[in-house]
Amino acid sequence: MTESLGGYSFKVFRYDPDKGPRHRYDTFELEVERGMTVLDCLQRIKATLDGTLTFRRSCRSAICGSCAMNINGKNDLACHLQVAGLTGRRVTVDPLPGYPVIKDLVVDMEEFYRSIEKVMPWLVRTSPFPDRELPQSPEERDRIDLAVNCILCGSCTSSCPSFWFNPDYLAPGALLKAFRFVFDSRDEAGAERLALVDGPRGVWRCRTIFNCEEACPKLLRPNEAIAALKREILKRSV
Amino acid sequence: MHHHRYETVIIGAGLAGMRAALEAQAAGSCCVLTKVFPTRSHSGAAQGGIAASLGNAAVDGWEAHLFDTVKGSDYLADQDAAEILVKEAPRAIVELEHMGVPFSRTDDGRIAQRAFGGHSSPRACYAADLTGHVILHTLYERCLRRAVAFHSEYLVLSLLVEGDRCAGVVAMDLLTGGLHLFEARAVVFATGGYGRAFKITSNAHANTGDGLSMVYRAGLPIEDMEFVQFHPTGFYPSGILVTEGARGEGAYILNAAGERLMKRYAPDRMELAPRDVTSRAIQTEIDAGRGIGGGAYVHLDLRHLGAEKIRKRLPQILDLAMRFSAVDALKSPIPIQPTAHYSMGGIPTDNDGRVRVDAGGGTMKGLYACGECACVSVHGANRLGCNSLLEAVVFGRRAGLAVCADLPSLGRAEAPPRGAEAVEKELAAFLDRRGTESLSAIRDELQEGMQRNCGIFRSEKPLGAQLDAVRGLQERFTRVPLSDRGRRFNTELVELLELRSLLDFAEVIVAGALARRESRGAHSRTDFPARDDAGWLAHSFARRGPDGPAFDYAPVRITRHRPKERTY
Repeated sequence: MTESLGGYSFKVFRYDPDKGPRHRYDTFELEVERGMTVLDCLQRIKATLDGTLTFRRSCRSAICGSCAMNINGKNDLACHLQVAGLTGRRVTVDPLPGYPVIKDLVVDMEEFYRSIEKVMPWLVRTSPFPDRELPQSPEERDRIDLAVNCILCGSCTSSCPSFWFNPDYLAPGALLKAFRFVFDSRDEAGAERLALVDGPRGVWRCRTIFNCEEACPKLLRPNEAIAALKREILKRSV
Repeated sequence: MHHHRYETVIIGAGLAGMRAALEAQAAGSCCVLTKVFPTRSHSGAAQGGIAASLGNAAVDGWEAHLFDTVKGSDYLADQDAAEILVKEAPRAIVELEHMGVPFSRTDDGRIAQRAFGGHSSPRACYAADLTGHVILHTLYERCLRRAVAFHSEYLVLSLLVEGDRCAGVVAMDLLTGGLHLFEARAVVFATGGYGRAFKITSNAHANTGDGLSMVYRAGLPIEDMEFVQFHPTGFYPSGILVTEGARGEGAYILNAAGERLMKRYAPDRMELAPRDVTSRAIQTEIDAGRGIGGGAYVHLDLRHLGAEKIRKRLPQILDLAMRFSAVDALKSPIPIQPTAHYSMGGIPTDNDGRVRVDAGGGTMKGLYACGECACVSVHGANRLGCNSLLEAVVFGRRAGLAVCADLPSLGRAEAPPRGAEAVEKELAAFLDRRGTESLSAIRDELQEGMQRNCGIFRSEKPLGAQLDAVRGLQERFTRVPLSDRGRRFNTELVELLELRSLLDFAEVIVAGALARRESRGAHSRTDFPARDDAGWLAHSFARRGPDGPAFDYAPVRITRHRPKERTY
């Protein structure tokens, strides 16, 4: 019933510091059926060819953000990439660039999570709350729609050359999160948060390279969010 | 082994776990152990909405929400618990919004609400079709603000019970394989569901019922396990969820003849009948050969909703349909099939999350459960859509509050070192395993067998065969070797331990289904097709015995609504 797409070669980054200091690439040959994603293939490799192959995954439906990795040179979620949609029959799988590798395709995301925490990523209000929901118009809600959909997969920050060179740059992921709150009409800490993202490690480190837009699996355009933050800082400084 | 001491340890960082943590923090030191980073929790995959009788879209009240929930449960829900759920709902939603949850809005700036299966009024508060995602992230952000301590990628292996009380847990740090003993005066289970016992499921790979299995293995009962919800609309072939919200927005379910098949099964509510009714309808059509092309799926048609509405209200579905089923939902109907989705049963608790130790109702000191892994019971034999996100925040909060109330009078048990040492030995034994069986083959066989023999329609022979099959797989499991014998981030070991969990509670599901000789809610016996209130208006409690689960039963708590015939 499922159509066979034939044989594919998966060249996968392997690294286990408990076994040796160097990384290597293992190549796995796999028969792939139509409908299989890159994650399906990694799971099949782990189940039938090499049980030591290690990667993160959970929802397999592109919402949890666990399986972000570098596939054929691009950051993406392995779970929503159809093998049938890739060019050629050789698939190269690497861990997300820019982060320390723990093992195989698993990277240490702690710095990414810390960067999010640096932008005060929660709603702040000092005004009293009404008994019911705070009012917000559909237009106001639309303003933050893309930012709210972020799944913290790390693809954007990991793809940013500015981040590679300056690891203390807040980077697209954290700046998108800052945008989400600065432009939420219910939030009252805009000035404070803009001060957090102003400065040489904040928005001004963005060199408009646009790797983040290309990398985002959820099509969220962090670059536009960063531009909006820059404009807002300038607007308020006049 | 590393030793930690906390007042409260919470297992699971989904909606229920994080909501409980936000309360329990007030009572003293508190940490959350989670086997995945908090925002990877499967709460984030919930799409359609969270129910509350806010009345923003139409006139509504908690009384209607209660009746819908009780009727939806096929009268197995404990009505006092369900009343708490629906009464607290409006407050809970407003609280979430005040925390920052970005709900979709009406033109006059209020939280938007849509229609949903089994609800008599549109009360599903939603954020496009990403409701679980936005609530999960907002709760995580709130936890950051309040500096909740997380131990991420810690797999809890064992519950330590000493006498009449809970003493703590032992967990493995995935990063190093190191074992950690967490002594605690209160332990809260918020470990979610078990969809991965089945082949076609909406659930994440992580949803393997580890909490249920641990409690069961500790000698405590688990409740109503035979009630497994199959969501009517999973994508074909992946089983990934297509929200009921699509039907709430007006989508049709069509068979091969292009008919709205629900007309035959629920002429009043049509596509918005409760999930058990709808899944049975779809399965019946498929079994009768009226699936598309004679195949094992039907169609969900969104096209008449129009591109603007679909893009605005169902953007995730649009994306998933293209990526996973190669269908442009604006132009073609989506292929769908029922998919294992939710567990109505779980760890039995009182209305404040305290874990019951038997059908009689006594509770264990220091042990709590909330969210999908718990059974209060608010959902009875079938859950209405949008009531699970609600249950998680309402009962997560209540469990946290109960911890605060109880802690002053809870002593502390010294965790028996034997309990912790035994886990260490067991782990070493797992890593050293030899054998010729295959982890993935056993898992595949279990999932396929459960799908075939313990799915939507059940009967004695296949259930009996499946019970034998599960026991056979349990035996073969002991001979599964590991290729990865390292301690560092050993996900093969995690999969092995998760498979052990699956094998544990799968046996209880099948045995419970075999024992319950009636049809009620999601449990449908073709050999006992009628609901039998005289014989079976009761909750099942399964306790591990030498020959498998032993069952006890307790009556349902009926307050306002006497069981009636259930039609839609």
